[in-house]
Amino acid sequence: MFRYIVKRILLVIPTLLGAAVLVFLLLRMIPGDICELKLAGTGGYFDKEALAICQKELGLGRPLLVQFFEWIWGVMRFDFGVSMWTNRPIIEEIGLRFQLSLEIALLATFSATLIAISLGVTSAIKQDTWIDYLVRLFSIAGIAMPSFWLGILIILGLLISTQAWFGEPWMMPIEYTPIWVDPIANLSQVIWPALATGYRYSAVATRMTRSAMLEVLREDYIRTARAKGLLEKVIINRHALKNALLPVITVIGIEFAFLMGGLVVTEQVFNLNGLGKLFVGSVSNNDYTMTQALVMLVALIFVATNLVVDILYAWLDPRIRYN
Amino acid sequence: MGELRTTVEVRKAAELAEAEDIESTSRFTLKKAFALMHRQPLGTAGLFIVLFMILMAIFANYISPYNPVENDFMSMGAAPNGEHWFGTDQFGRDLLTRIIYGARTALFVGFSSAFIGATIGLVLGVTSAYFGGYFDLLFQRVMDIFMAFPLIIMALAVVTALGPGTVNVIIAITIPFVSRCARVVRSSALAIREIPYVDAARALGFGHNRIVLRHMVPNVMAPYLIMITSFLGQAILLEASLSYLGLGVQEPTPAWGLMLQGGAEEYAESAPWIAIFPGLAISLAVFGFNLFGDALRDVLDPKLRSR
Repeated sequence: MFRYIVKRILLVIPTLLGAAVLVFLLLRMIPGDICELKLAGTGGYFDKEALAICQKELGLGRPLLVQFFEWIWGVMRFDFGVSMWTNRPIIEEIGLRFQLSLEIALLATFSATLIAISLGVTSAIKQDTWIDYLVRLFSIAGIAMPSFWLGILIILGLLISTQAWFGEPWMMPIEYTPIWVDPIANLSQVIWPALATGYRYSAVATRMTRSAMLEVLREDYIRTARAKGLLEKVIINRHALKNALLPVITVIGIEFAFLMGGLVVTEQVFNLNGLGKLFVGSVSNNDYTMTQALVMLVALIFVATNLVVDILYAWLDPRIRYN
Repeated sequence: MGELRTTVEVRKAAELAEAEDIESTSRFTLKKAFALMHRQPLGTAGLFIVLFMILMAIFANYISPYNPVENDFMSMGAAPNGEHWFGTDQFGRDLLTRIIYGARTALFVGFSSAFIGATIGLVLGVTSAYFGGYFDLLFQRVMDIFMAFPLIIMALAVVTALGPGTVNVIIAITIPFVSRCARVVRSSALAIREIPYVDAARALGFGHNRIVLRHMVPNVMAPYLIMITSFLGQAILLEASLSYLGLGVQEPTPAWGLMLQGGAEEYAESAPWIAIFPGLAISLAVFGFNLFGDALRDVLDPKLRSR
């Protein structure tokens, strides 16, 4: 087990390094640079001298290799530099928004997992009945529906229903309140985006749970358990679900990493100041340093999640470890 | 021969008939198509949705009632009525017309990125499996790097580098698809490489190009087709998301995601139809492609049933 973990961790390093090179080069391909955008923003007309000064300040004129190694050296010490747009340290900008995004992600994961496992198992047990068809329809729709559209529909629904019930439309607060300051204000803001991203998430996981359960329920040992006269509840919960959960865990892990992508769009819909919105902003401003840092952060989360899933998997299923 | 007496004979006859049946599946008949449709009702529904979308896109200029970019200032934000079935947007453009034309954008971006991405992935994946060794190892690590980002993050980074616009969106969506397809195709191709006919081709002195393209590629068509259909839905969703963020297709080109960007939230209360219909169009298209793709996967390769 220990050797497996070490091997798996060592494989992560070249991937992350490669991702860093890829992102770095990709962003350096941009034709117009940030200085042009910044100066154009101040008044439309700008002279070459100001442009040169700006480029020198941000170190854009130096050889790419020097820029790259400086950046990597910083990243290894968790120093991502300053945002080219706001001039504030990137770690600070990210820190401000990280909490909100993390909370939405965790809430979405938690509710999606609960929904997925209960719906998936029910659907598998009642295969080809109307309950099964309903669950399948629900999950296929969840995969087809863009999360930002669901977000818009939620806002629309809230506006219309509160208008009808209370006489005036209610909108969730825009300012973020940490959960330990005011849990109700916090949840009333965070629950809607979590719902919008969580639906797709639960849909994917439900489908996986269902098909894994169906496969396991056909195994011989389930028949043996039934023949022994075990209670159906025990068979489902202790014998079948435990084995069916393996692929479900993988999907939940992968989707957790994908959630970051979902947040990019959903935060825009709900006008929330999280990592996703920061990302879109830095992309539109050509803020290399910020985009670089955010893409690396996402890659890190993605790779780390996969690592955890793989280790968990190996721990749960000894066959993988010894392979 | 007379009648069949023993159960063994009956079983043999049945097997023979089955074998003939399998052999004759290579010939396509209407009867067989109907039988397949009967077995895959959901997939058939998906196929019809896909066909509907394609026809809508092709004949957009004949079936749409208005001009998609023409503003009618007399009826801005009009509710659905006899003249404008889906209502109009905040600039007085007919929503139904823009949705019909939007199918063009969605399908164009979807088909081109899915096809190009999967095809490059196919060739790369088979080549990597064929050569094996250090080349394969290095190739896999490079694919790992591309897989280290969620689709939309990768696409966003590419859009940052290239700028928005329809062609750039296609490139941005294609790049992440390449690595995903290459990986799946590679694992199928690895199995094929071990089959003696590849050795035979090598022994006959065929070149690498010929073995890869003529002997190996045709045998990994099933995963390739499955990947294309699953990419189609994803590509449509990605294009809509990028356009919604203002980083994809640009105004005035009619695109579903773009239609949700401007007025949808601002006029959510006074003109909810602006938000509802384009989203329905996206969902229906992706729904159709997913249903069709699932059925195709079941028919072509039941082993790939991972999700």
